[in-house]
Amino acid sequence: MTKGLNKKEKFGIYIILIIFSLFAIYPVLNVISISMRPGDKLLSKSLALIPDNWTLNTYIQLFTDEPFLQWMLNSIIVSLTVTVFAVSLASTAGYAFSRYKFKGRDTAMIGLITTQMFPVTMLLLPLFVMLIKIGAYDSYIGLIIAYSATALPFVVWQMKGYYDTIPYSLEEAAHIDGAGQFYTFYKIILPLALPALAITALFSFMTAWSEYLVAAVLLQDQDLYTLPIGLKRFTSNMEVAWGLYSAGAVIVSIPVVVLFIALSRWLVSGLTLGSVKG
Amino acid sequence: MYVFPAIIVMGLFIAYPFVYNVIISFSNMNLSHFRDWEFTGIENYINVLLNEDFWYYFFKTVLWTVLNLVAHVSIGVFLALLLNEDIKAKTFFRTILILPWAVPQYITALTWRGMFNSEYGAINLLLDNLFGIQFPWLSTEWGAFTACLITNIWLGFPFMMIIALGGLQSIPATLYEAADIDGATRYQKFKNITVPLIKPVMVPAITLGVIWTFNNFNVIWLVSNGGEPSDKTHILVSWVYEAGLNYFRMGYAAAFSMIIFIILLVFSWRFIQQTKATESVY
Repeated sequence: MTKGLNKKEKFGIYIILIIFSLFAIYPVLNVISISMRPGDKLLSKSLALIPDNWTLNTYIQLFTDEPFLQWMLNSIIVSLTVTVFAVSLASTAGYAFSRYKFKGRDTAMIGLITTQMFPVTMLLLPLFVMLIKIGAYDSYIGLIIAYSATALPFVVWQMKGYYDTIPYSLEEAAHIDGAGQFYTFYKIILPLALPALAITALFSFMTAWSEYLVAAVLLQDQDLYTLPIGLKRFTSNMEVAWGLYSAGAVIVSIPVVVLFIALSRWLVSGLTLGSVKG
Repeated sequence: MYVFPAIIVMGLFIAYPFVYNVIISFSNMNLSHFRDWEFTGIENYINVLLNEDFWYYFFKTVLWTVLNLVAHVSIGVFLALLLNEDIKAKTFFRTILILPWAVPQYITALTWRGMFNSEYGAINLLLDNLFGIQFPWLSTEWGAFTACLITNIWLGFPFMMIIALGGLQSIPATLYEAADIDGATRYQKFKNITVPLIKPVMVPAITLGVIWTFNNFNVIWLVSNGGEPSDKTHILVSWVYEAGLNYFRMGYAAAFSMIIFIILLVFSWRFIQQTKATESVY
């Protein structure tokens, strides 16, 4: 709002922003702090953010004594598969929804939003029953299906919103120059939609990277465990493995947090475009 | 042509499970009738709706959703208004405030569970140092509910803040200038310019927020460790999992899931209809 912010008011704004920033950042600092506690000081009543005799031993222990690397590898395999899947499908489907008027288009778009209302059990249950019946229980197939199904509606919607902002005249010009439909899409439209593709990739990767329940139900074999189930297991014995959990949480979060913040500007425009210009 | 692969995959991954879920919801499928299940009509639906627990958890879910959304929207819009002022270090604050959204949800939930630990958790240590009080967060019914609520408020306000910020930035400054000339107070400007103009972006965001919060399994389940103490801390979606899926009562769980879905469908439809009706007034 323009005009008339005196010094006192500005000071007040900074104070409020600082208070909320502390609220936002404290849990993060708390985990980092616990992950650096030496093994015999885990159950400390100290609130110091940098613990006495801090050490990175827990991180070393995580990689040497625990199957953390295996979990990470599993999570990467699942998440990348889902990402490739979602990006290729959403980039094409979003384009069709944006450019072509076909029968049932509006119904399909509304249907996509409706899927957001499915409680997770509604997907999990049929999947669980079907996978047992075809004998694919305890494999990644179920996870990949479930994660793609969760991520796809949102990213298709998001891609469509972005394509809507790219003027159609670009394609017309390309067609006049004799470019085919596929060439136009691949060489002209897709590069322009790069920000939206990045968001689609990030969103689908994060869906798979951070999912707990489906993995907990579908995976029994410990060698197949993904990061969320592995880390959850540490917390079931909080007294012993609190440090391990915290170190794991830090490692798991850093890449997605950095990516998320780097891409957040695009994420916002994607979200508002997707939701407003239905 | 482009739409086919996605349609096929979504049909397979979303529509098929959905239809299958509908079918199971009318059947007696459970552990002892896994392959030889038969249709039992609407028996499951009646069983869900006649159960007292259902209503208890239903009201708890509504309370949970309302409290969360009120907190998310008011904190989010409030912070967005502050960030939209002419201040320094805007990007810095924005980055820090967006952090809770960026952290994977299950990490947030498990971390807060640790912080609510009554003896060694940071919350009680802070309370003890500042005010000399301690609170048995996770071992009482409403303590655990409050713990889940605080966790979810923490992770949910940045979304509303960012959406509101986007809405605020699209409001032309000339409107406020004109209002200044007319001698409008700050509150009048907020009520008559800001609110109506950010409404178009906030309504879809709030609808999504309600749906996500109503169905937020992760926070409830992971913070309360599966509904502790003694299955008091549930919302509908975690209760379906506990009472239906965990005991392999597939038919019951499927019907229960359908009921949750229908509640949300009716709500969203009504909510959007109503806001559309008021929109035409402006």
